[in-house]
Amino acid sequence: MTNTSGDVPAIEFRDVTKRFGDNVVLDGLNFSVPQGQRITLIGPSGSGKTTILRLLMTLEELSGGLILIDGDPYTHEYKGEKWVAVPEKRRRVVRNRVGMVFQQFNLFPNMTVLENIIESPVHVLGKSKAEAIADAERLLEKVGMSEKRDFNTNQLSGGQQQRVAIARALAMDPEILLLDEVTSALDPEIVADVLDVLREIAETTDITMLLVTHEMQFAREVSDRVLMFDKGQIVEEADPETMFTNPSHERTKEFLKAVLGG
Amino acid sequence: MNDDSIWDWERAWEVLPDLLAGLWVTIQITVLGMIIASVLGLFIALAMRTPSKWLTTPLKFLVDFIRMTPVLVQLVFVYLLLTAVPGYVVGFVVLGVHYATYMSEVYRAGIEAVPKGQWEAATALNMSKGRTWRAVILPQAIRNTLPGLGNYAISMFKETPFLFAISVTEMYKAGQDYGANTFSYIEALTMVGLLFLAVSYPTSLLVRRMEIRLA
Repeated sequence: MTNTSGDVPAIEFRDVTKRFGDNVVLDGLNFSVPQGQRITLIGPSGSGKTTILRLLMTLEELSGGLILIDGDPYTHEYKGEKWVAVPEKRRRVVRNRVGMVFQQFNLFPNMTVLENIIESPVHVLGKSKAEAIADAERLLEKVGMSEKRDFNTNQLSGGQQQRVAIARALAMDPEILLLDEVTSALDPEIVADVLDVLREIAETTDITMLLVTHEMQFAREVSDRVLMFDKGQIVEEADPETMFTNPSHERTKEFLKAVLGG
Repeated sequence: MNDDSIWDWERAWEVLPDLLAGLWVTIQITVLGMIIASVLGLFIALAMRTPSKWLTTPLKFLVDFIRMTPVLVQLVFVYLLLTAVPGYVVGFVVLGVHYATYMSEVYRAGIEAVPKGQWEAATALNMSKGRTWRAVILPQAIRNTLPGLGNYAISMFKETPFLFAISVTEMYKAGQDYGANTFSYIEALTMVGLLFLAVSYPTSLLVRRMEIRLA
């Protein structure tokens, strides 16, 4: 079923609807992300950006529509006319291709840095412990955290925790990486360190990335495409240069003016 | 010291070996009881989280029933019902089951105190449900329950005198027996009280320190 070559998009949203009670967050959303592209989602809070990432990570359940990963139905599918949930066993197969880094890091405090990173490579991917440790050490080096290998997570600063969380997500070798406001909880002087790590990952890998961020300069550097959301709809879609210097939609202009303070 | 005195130091020292033997029984019963309470309490807490009403409704009734009836009545009832089982065993099993119903609440709170982000990170790392519980949720939840466990251990320890009613020679009964033989109840029971205090007060300080460290 998997088809990662050619023009099958890495991610496809088909008529996706998400409601929380009476509150419609996404209403028939369609968009797709080609393999290896870096997409930044911008827009006011409550516009549905984070919900999109959370749906992709199955942290929320769809209310309607389909999400396809490499063309495979991920969370729901049509059986004839009937729209049904994909069983957890099959979701787990597809979920292996998706990784996520959170605003609040969410490291496991009962494990050391190394244990956090090797947990799923060993217990989900079935790697040997030695192999997982070797991979983890390489990743820790990449994010500049080698010396903290055996530290408890509560001995780390926010920026350090986030770098470990990035290494932990990468250890699963994801095809798709979701970054949900990963610098929003950090002190301003640490933000640059984390962005440097992400920039390097963007430059040295071909992971498909979906970012929700308020770091507009960073978004401009790393993304191939920027999607402007408002009220659960894409109001504008453009390359970063156009989006940030010459947006066409009125709503985008207002939003960028507000966040860039221009 | 004259014979009218209500306090006789000699008696107070004389009763001590009996009481220490009783204290040893009391401690054994508390430890065994708390092992049952900890393990069974966890199972109750986990079972209450299943969506199956067929399991949770009768279980909730049973838990309420055990909590809402006096442990003394439960002890005597089970002791009379199961005549073949020694009082010692009835003692720690009944206390253990009784406290398991309280420990299940401590576990429930401990599980709910684990931040939602921990579950989400486990999903993002594609961990199985079982692995998420074992490797992420329970280790953190159980850490949260340690002060509760300590407080209930002290509370169970102080309720072991109820075992007097089912003829287990724990510390209180040892004191009573000595009093019955010598009429020196005051000395014996004072020493019983002091020995209870000598164990539970330092333990409570330990629990309080644990609470502060975990807060």
